[in-house]
Amino acid sequence: MTGKQVHLAAHFPGVNNTTVWSDPAAGSHIEFDSFVHLARTAERAKFDFFFLAEGLRLREQGGQIYDLDVVGRPDTFTVLAALAAVTERIGLTGTINSTFNEPYEVARQFASLDHLSAGRAGWNVVTSWDAFTGENFRRGGFLPESERYTRAKQFLATATELFDSWRGDEIVADADRGVFLADPNAGAFAHTDDHFDISGRFNVPRSPQGRPVILQAGDSDAGREFAAATADAIFSRHGTREAGQAFYADVKGRLAKYGRTPDQLLVLPAATFVLGDTDADAQEKAGEVRRLQVSGQTAIKFAEQLWNTDLSGYDPDGPLPDVDPVVGENTIARGRASVRMFRDPIAVANQWRALAAEKNLSLREVVIEVTGRQNFIGSAATVAEQINTLVQADASDGFILVPHLTPGGLDEFADTVVPLLQERGVFRTEYEGTTLRDHLGLGPLP
Amino acid sequence: MSAPLHLAVALDGAGWHPAAWREPDARPTDLFTADYWAHLVREAEAGLVDLVTIEDAIGLQSDDFDAQDDRVDRVRGRLDAVLIAARVAPLTRHVGLVPTATVTHTEPFHVSKAIATLDYVSSGRGGVRVQVSGKAHEAAHFGRRTIPPFRYQDVLALNAGQAPELATLFSDLFDEAADYVEVLRRLWDSWEDDAEIRDAATGRFVDRDKLHYVDFAGRFFRVKGPSITPRPPQGQPPVAALAHATIPYRLAARSADVVFVTPSDVGAARAILAEVRAEQSAAGRGSETLHVFADVVVFLDESPRAAADRAARLDDRAGETFTSDALVFTGTPSGLADLLQEWHAAGISGFRLRPATVPHDLTAITRGLVPELQRRDLFRRGYEAPTLRGLLGLPRPANRYAEATS
Ligand SMILES: Cc1cc2nc3c(=O)[nH]c(=O)nc-3n(C[C@H](O)[C@H](O)[C@H](O)COP(=O)(O)O)c2cc1C
Repeated sequence: MTGKQVHLAAHFPGVNNTTVWSDPAAGSHIEFDSFVHLARTAERAKFDFFFLAEGLRLREQGGQIYDLDVVGRPDTFTVLAALAAVTERIGLTGTINSTFNEPYEVARQFASLDHLSAGRAGWNVVTSWDAFTGENFRRGGFLPESERYTRAKQFLATATELFDSWRGDEIVADADRGVFLADPNAGAFAHTDDHFDISGRFNVPRSPQGRPVILQAGDSDAGREFAAATADAIFSRHGTREAGQAFYADVKGRLAKYGRTPDQLLVLPAATFVLGDTDADAQEKAGEVRRLQVSGQTAIKFAEQLWNTDLSGYDPDGPLPDVDPVVGENTIARGRASVRMFRDPIAVANQWRALAAEKNLSLREVVIEVTGRQNFIGSAATVAEQINTLVQADASDGFILVPHLTPGGLDEFADTVVPLLQERGVFRTEYEGTTLRDHLGLGPLP
Repeated sequence: MSAPLHLAVALDGAGWHPAAWREPDARPTDLFTADYWAHLVREAEAGLVDLVTIEDAIGLQSDDFDAQDDRVDRVRGRLDAVLIAARVAPLTRHVGLVPTATVTHTEPFHVSKAIATLDYVSSGRGGVRVQVSGKAHEAAHFGRRTIPPFRYQDVLALNAGQAPELATLFSDLFDEAADYVEVLRRLWDSWEDDAEIRDAATGRFVDRDKLHYVDFAGRFFRVKGPSITPRPPQGQPPVAALAHATIPYRLAARSADVVFVTPSDVGAARAILAEVRAEQSAAGRGSETLHVFADVVVFLDESPRAAADRAARLDDRAGETFTSDALVFTGTPSGLADLLQEWHAAGISGFRLRPATVPHDLTAITRGLVPELQRRDLFRRGYEAPTLRGLLGLPRPANRYAEATS
């Protein structure tokens, strides 16, 4: 049986409570060997790409640096360039923010990465905008939330102009005639809009892919429009069947108005997995992993992010707080993506209460229920089936897998699930092309 | 070996002569491939050099001092030097990797974590050369500030003690660079070495008392910190700067571990050394190691005649005589060894050799000059330290914040 091809990517475990750092098998989150291990495992399994998230300020809660999760990560471009030396085919995708950077610099870094990896670079354009993160940047004065996608759009448009400022045929390097460049104006550009007023000469010749593959991660209406207009793939958090199908239909439905077809934007949700010899083993292991991911303290801290107040006096094994969340600017937790998800905290708290009452759950158990559900739990056969089913049902085009263990968290998946997907004819057994665009089946640049 | 000298090789395109790319052994169409850089850096490592630098700039190369030219007969285009350094790091084991970073238009937060990460991916061999951009056309690539155009003659006037407006501009740019380096260094120290505790008993991954806000506030910018990247293996990757005159000497004296200078002869070398050392004392760093490396462009062949002929042939092709900010040495590896020995005796601790063409002059360094220096007992016979700081004789520094709290 064959069908729609599944796309798979590997997310390096990092700064979030998905990552179980206390496991004896957990390695370093910083040492290069860990990155090499995960990237090579993903490449051995013929994944489309290796993926790095980004955060530009250490998270804080209650005025202190958050210390319960993994803290610290390397620089995206530097790690990806080094990984290009120890891998051959796998795509190397990095999250780079469009608010705290400048197009000329980012464009030359991505064009350089694309050259140095022979066409494997990918850019997840994110738009976190907050002044808290902005305090790490000399330029200060960051964006109102409402402008984050205006800047992102103009940033990407500007970067694209820079990528396109070399056509790819300029360098002739004719030693006899003494002509290095066929075009004296190679790289010339001039761009003016609300956010950027720049001109000059771009200094990186056209890269193997022309430009990096563009990913988008952001869930608002504006984010979805941005993806529909410009991205090659979208990294979503909607990994379940119903939510996935709704999201998939929504974003693919937005493409036509930009003159694009549904196959020009892949939908790749984040997904976690727990494997076992049998489904029952996996279920048991999954329960253990959840308890490691959500300790009593983690549950309290998570609830504080919603309640926007100090809950340290509450018992994680007791009931939910009886007071309502503090509405308004979140002063308790800073630099956390989860905070931005709680757009109506009182409504969310009421949902949590209903859940607690219905299933008779403690605070910690509620947090375990509502956060980071494991998408795929079971034997290799079960997980392969689940993944394929979701892809064939248009809940996604594949998944960005988030292992909970560094760096060996993908090993078993690579060895057991991937061969089963290959047997079904829905996942490649060899790389057919050399570039990330090839792996994603994106065809030539528009 | 009494007083070994240090050697660096400066890599840039096909070499430092503008016609280098037209040499028969040049690979001009490979300049933008990883393989090209891996070959060069491995060759440098085979010569046991302390470090390679990788040139970079935030704009396209130009022969015009203060504007973008439209020449087609020279190498144009380059890759980001930090990425090149990272790309070759896993393919090498000993040589220090010192890319150039422009400090005028970039964020110290980004560059700090990039160099820290270079240090991780190279297991302690990372460094950075900080470079100021005073070019109006490069500022236009960012559009966030304007830098008034000035001519090369204006710089000469400045160095002669004239041109007061330019002195203000230059002082500001270099003061900003000094603040930038201060921020790089504070961010590298913003994590104590043992901040990651993974204490399962208390559920804490880090000891937050060992993470520090850098809270830098200066004339030009502020940065909060801490870094997102833990303290790099070397603690402080070495910082280098190229300097030709008093204002940049002052930056190096305040901020750098290595300064690349450009004396024309041994007398000039002595004068520069005296000035750098005086600035170093004035900056309160008299007791710290600040390496002074002399830059020399080299054309090396088996006879002085052959080297001169080759240089002339290259000049002929370029249509003009090659000149440089640094001394241009044309001769044999043994003749160059004489010069290095003499300057070394005058107090220059190392040399950054700029091969006029690669691979020719690079292999002449690694296979000709290095054995000659070894015969004279002036250079190492094997890598004796696993880190760049180790090769440079710099101790691993204490963390400034740990000192403050203990
Ligand atoms: C699956 C997913 C992953 C994300 N990863 C990152 C990240 O690594 N770094 C970051 O700064 N923001 C990340 N974001 C946040 C978004 O890019 C964006 O900044 C924020 O959500 C605002 O956009 P929105 O309102 O459209 O969601 C992620 C968002 C999603 C949905």
